This record gives sequence, structure tokens and C-alpha cells, in this order.
Amino acid sequence: MGTLASVLEQSGIATVAISIIREQIEATQPPRALHCEFPLGRPLGKPGDSKFQQQVLDAAFDLLNAESGPVLVDYPEEISDDADAPLSCTIPPADHSDKHPAEAEALGLLPIWRRTYEKYGRTTVGKAVTPEQVPEIVTLFARIADGEDWTSVGLPGDPTKLGADIKNFYEEASLSLSEGVPGARQAETWFVTQTKAGDVIQRARIALEKQEAGSYFTTYILPLTQVREPGSDTDE
Amino acid sequence: MSDKVVRKLLSRLEGYSFDEVPWVSPKPLSECRVAVVTTAGLNQEGNADWNPGDQGFTVLSGEERNFTLGHFSPNFDRTGWIVDSNIVIPLDRLDEMAAEGKIGSVAKTHISFMGAQPDHTLETIRLDTGPAAAKILLEDEVDVVLLTPV
Repeated sequence: MGTLASVLEQSGIATVAISIIREQIEATQPPRALHCEFPLGRPLGKPGDSKFQQQVLDAAFDLLNAESGPVLVDYPEEISDDADAPLSCTIPPADHSDKHPAEAEALGLLPIWRRTYEKYGRTTVGKAVTPEQVPEIVTLFARIADGEDWTSVGLPGDPTKLGADIKNFYEEASLSLSEGVPGARQAETWFVTQTKAGDVIQRARIALEKQEAGSYFTTYILPLTQVREPGSDTDE
Repeated sequence: MSDKVVRKLLSRLEGYSFDEVPWVSPKPLSECRVAVVTTAGLNQEGNADWNPGDQGFTVLSGEERNFTLGHFSPNFDRTGWIVDSNIVIPLDRLDEMAAEGKIGSVAKTHISFMGAQPDHTLETIRLDTGPAAAKILLEDEVDVVLLTPV
């Protein structure tokens, strides 16, 4: 992003960048940057907190008063993610006894996901499939996890995009199963460690590695900090 | 504390810097027209997918605000985005600043690229899409751009 800032400035527009990876900003040297040690994905810091967001913007625009650059200033407050504290959600029971347990779980979450979508009007599901298709895709990954050849189960697209659709579906559903705005990555850890579908994707990732499906697929199918081996409680 | 691990890994990536830091001295902020350029991979076509390596950009209307985030990387939080789009593209905050007279006006046009590009030289952005995006912003008489990553 630092390079992009310089391209825009070169074109005649004054720029101020919010920085999230300090070393990248040091390397790319945009004209003005406010480094915000906030959770990745939340460059304004606190969702739903307009006062805090305004303070960040005031600090950023204040850099326009500098007379020369590059300017790199640290925002004085830091916010950590909460990946170590999985969101507490109870999935309502659903009767889909003829389905794979993980597919039944996802089917049970579909009306919950819809509540989130109706409330906020946004989704990040849809890289490869619709929310309605997510439950059946979970079953395809379960078959891969159980040893079937990943090229023959009928995946309707790139495994990483399908994995992202499943993860994002669960994270979005969790917003209607919990109170308030969760900390960053709390829903992610809940999905990976507390749900049947999360377990399926973790095991499918390992199966894809064994089948040498390709590093792109296995690297991005889960957040890299959620990659765990069976029986391990720690990050790789 | 996952972000610490990700930050440590990403800190090793190469970056591309200009020989000289370009510099524009803006008008007083209260007279400036402000746009957001984000690298979150946003669009207004309901497309949740943005392919890794695509150095193109989307033009965003500030009037509709029906954004979809399509960034390819799973390595950042998306729940903040779902509950409040201002966490990435703070147009409501800019509206408030314009109403208070802190900034001159909010641009009609905003831009999104996608970050986490595997080509650290960003050749296409430097030579083609970056200047093209700047031209669109200049046509909207933008003075200042706020850049936001994810």
C-alpha cells in the first residue's frame, strides 16, 4: 500500500496512509503514514465506535501538516486480536439425521446466517458458492478428509475459495449467536476449534497436503495461524 | 495473538520504494476534497471474489455504499467489516467531518485495489492501474486520499 500511496502522490494527490504492517511501510516509504497496531482487517480500530474511529482519522489527517516526508507516526493506542479467546456460541440443534454431522451443523446455521445478512446487509460468502450451497460443500470436504481423492469428489471450484466460503459463512452466522461485536478473530477460532465443519476443513487440509494438491490450496485454505496438526494444541 | 505471528511473517516481505519520496503540499484540510483508496478488495457488484495477483482496481460510488469485500487472504478478521463498513472505508466519518467543516467535502468516487500482492514490484499498479486510478480521482477534483489496508 505504501507504493500505491507514492503512485497517487506522484500523480498530484496528497496522501495519508493507515499502516498495519510497520516494516512494510518502512520498506515502501509512502509520503505520510499513521501506523496503527490494530487487528488486521480493522484499520480504523474499533467497529461500531465512531468516536474512536474519528480520533484515528484526526491523527491521520494531522500528518498533512508536515512540511516534508516520509512521515511515519505511531498511533498511541494498540489493540490486540482475541484469537486466543474463541467466541462462545451454542449452535441450535437441527434434525438432519440423514446428513453428515458437519453438513447437518451447517444446515442448522443457514437460518442463523440469514439473520446476520438481514441485519447488516453484507456478506463475504460467495467466492465460489452461495451460502445455500455451503452445507453440501462441507460434506465434500468431509469425504476428502476421510481419504477420497480431492479431484474426484466434485468440488465446484478452487478448494481455498470454497474453504473461505465455509469459514466466512460460519463467522457471519456466529454474529447472530453472540452478543455485541466480537473481538478480532474470536469467530475464526470458534469456527476452527469448536465446530464440526472447522474440524473437517483442518482434516481436509492435511489430506490435501498428503495428496500433494498444491501449496496454494493448502496454504490459504485456513488462516495460517489456525493450521494445527491432529492432537496438537499449538500453532505450527 | 495471531496477528503478531502474521505481522512477523509479513515483515520479511520485500517492498518497492521510489528513489525520491513524492510530495504534494495540500490546501488547508478544511478546503480539501477527500477520497478513500482501500486495498481491501471492495466492489459494488456483490462479488466476494478477487483473485490473488490481480493488480486491477474498482471504482466505488460513495452514494450507494453497498460494498462487498472480496480480498483473497484468510489472514485477517472479517467480522469487524460485517458489522461496520466504516472500519475499512470510513465514509460516514468523513461525512461527519465535512458537516463539521473539518474537511472541505467527501469525494463522490473512491477506489479499491487488493493488497497482499505476490509481485512486490507492483509493476502494473506503478505503471498502469495506479496512474489510471489517480486520473479518475483527479477528475472528481480530489485533493487528499486516505489509504486504508486490511
